[in-house]
This record gives sequence, C-alpha cells and structure tokens, in this order.
Amino acid sequence: MARVVVDVMPKPEILDPQGQAVAKALPRLGFEGVTSVRQGKRFELEVDDAVDDATLAKIAETFLANPVIEDWVVRRVEP
Amino acid sequence: MSRIGVIIFPGTLDDVDAARAVRHAGAEAVALWHADADLRGVDAVVVPGGFSYGDYLRAGAIARFAPVMGEVVAAAKRGMPVLGICNGFQVLCEAGLLPGALTRNASLHFVCRDQWLRVENTATVWSTRFEPGAEILVPLKSGEGCYVADQHTLDELEGEGRVVFRYLLDSGGGTGSPNGSRNDIAGITDARGRVVGLMPHPEHAIDPLTGPTDDGLGLFLSVLDAVGAAGALAEAVSGR
Repeated sequence: MARVVVDVMPKPEILDPQGQAVAKALPRLGFEGVTSVRQGKRFELEVDDAVDDATLAKIAETFLANPVIEDWVVRRVEP
Repeated sequence: MSRIGVIIFPGTLDDVDAARAVRHAGAEAVALWHADADLRGVDAVVVPGGFSYGDYLRAGAIARFAPVMGEVVAAAKRGMPVLGICNGFQVLCEAGLLPGALTRNASLHFVCRDQWLRVENTATVWSTRFEPGAEILVPLKSGEGCYVADQHTLDELEGEGRVVFRYLLDSGGGTGSPNGSRNDIAGITDARGRVVGLMPHPEHAIDPLTGPTDDGLGLFLSVLDAVGAAGALAEAVSGR
C-alpha cells in the first residue's frame, strides 16, 4: 500500500473568488501582510502497490481535476 | 408524437418542470434514469438542473460518468439534439460535449432572479423559433454559473457564432453578466448546433401563470420542429 496525495489548484488565469474572499477577510481578523490566497483541493488516496504512476495521472486528469480550469500534481508520500 | 427524454440523477431538481415544458410544447416526456444505459428511443434529450450527486467533487463531475450519459454522448455524436440546463450545462461541459467550464459566481453569491437574455444564434435546433436578437426573460438560479474557457476557445465560439444566449443588464440594455461569465455568455452550442447548454432556466418560463413569461417555450418548440421534420422525412423515405 502507498499513500498518494493529489493537489488540485485553479489555474493561475482562472478567477478564484473563494481565495479572494479569504484574502480579504484576513486583515479584518487582524492578520496583515498576506497579499494573495488561492484555494484548491487536496485528495489523499490509499493505493495498492500495483497502481502505477500513469494510472494515478489518469485518475487526476480525467476525474479529480478538470483540466479546463485546474492544474494538478500527484505525489507519493510516506505512509 | 415526438418523444423527449428528461434525465434524472440523484439530486436532480428540475426534471418535473422540464417534463412539463416538453408536454406544453406538444411532445411526450420520457423519464430517463441515470443508472440505465438506455435512452428508450427518444428523439432528443434534456439534461435538467439541480445538484446531481450533491455537486460533490465539481458540479457535474460525477454525473458525467453515469451509465445514461455514455448513451447521451454517443447519441449526441450521431446528431441527437441535447439540451443542458444549469446543472445539465455543467454536466455537458464535464462530459466534453460542450467546451469550457462553469465556476463559482464571481460575487460568491447564489443568484436567483428573472434574467434578460439575448438570443444570438437562431440556427441551432433549440433556437429556431426565436427572432434573431430576440430578448427573452427567464429565471436564473445558480451559484456556479460563471462560464470560463481559454481565449482560443472563446475566440472560436465567437468567431463561429456559437454563443446562443448572452446576459443582458436589462431589456434593451447592454450585455452584462450576473456571475462573471466571460463575454457575458449564458449559453453556447456545439459545432453542429445540436447540443446546447445554458445556465438560465427556460423550462421555468413556459406559462405566464407560473413563470415570468412563456419565452422559454421557444426552445422546446424549436427542437420539436427539428425532430418532427426529421421523423417525417424518415417515414417518407422508408415508405411508411
């Protein structure tokens, strides 16, 4: 078994109103100095050792992320 | 009588009104269950609004893998008319039948109001009943209606006249989007003008008793013209 993390983020050119709302809230809460926030998703998968990188990339590209609006990164992490 | 299918996913909300719109237009509404890979011999398909699969992952992302959607994609490629409304538009984009994607409204607010649109393409099978440049008033109710696509895709849509509906600030006013959509796009079509998706809800505006207007009925009457004529042609050719 291996643990795989897939990070999905809105593409830089895609408007991220949720991230903007978080960024705007920070000064109101007294946190200064944060100039930008982008909000994405993190998936944690437990996969059999037989699942290869190409399959993981396919899962990310065809399902976990929408490549029209999102970038994704797959990485294997220590359990 | 023509038969128009209306798909029901878990979480679909607007199938009842979509079926009612089909009947008002003079066709038989056929319920299509998400888990059945079977279009039951319908002449066209409506993918209605709602929150299929709770909008989990992304709006429409899980619905596109439903057994019925495999049949819809195959039928659309053969030329069957398909209309996606609101969540249905999101499903058609996720399924790759229409380009681009729908994202969170720029304002972050759910928008629920009667919305003026301009009909910009009256050559699709879903819009022939409208006059070119017609302004229609139909409900809009969505939180993720911000249409986005890369610049190349937007240029292609505009260059080929594939923007079918555009948001207006008001009747007779300029264009303006309530949700941040690129180019104020409310609805688009595929290259053949047979698959159409839009965020606003024509099926809620088919009768002045229950909607702001009956402007939305035009979409359903248009497709019946198309499938009715095709059916008559097929019958003539086969000698029936």
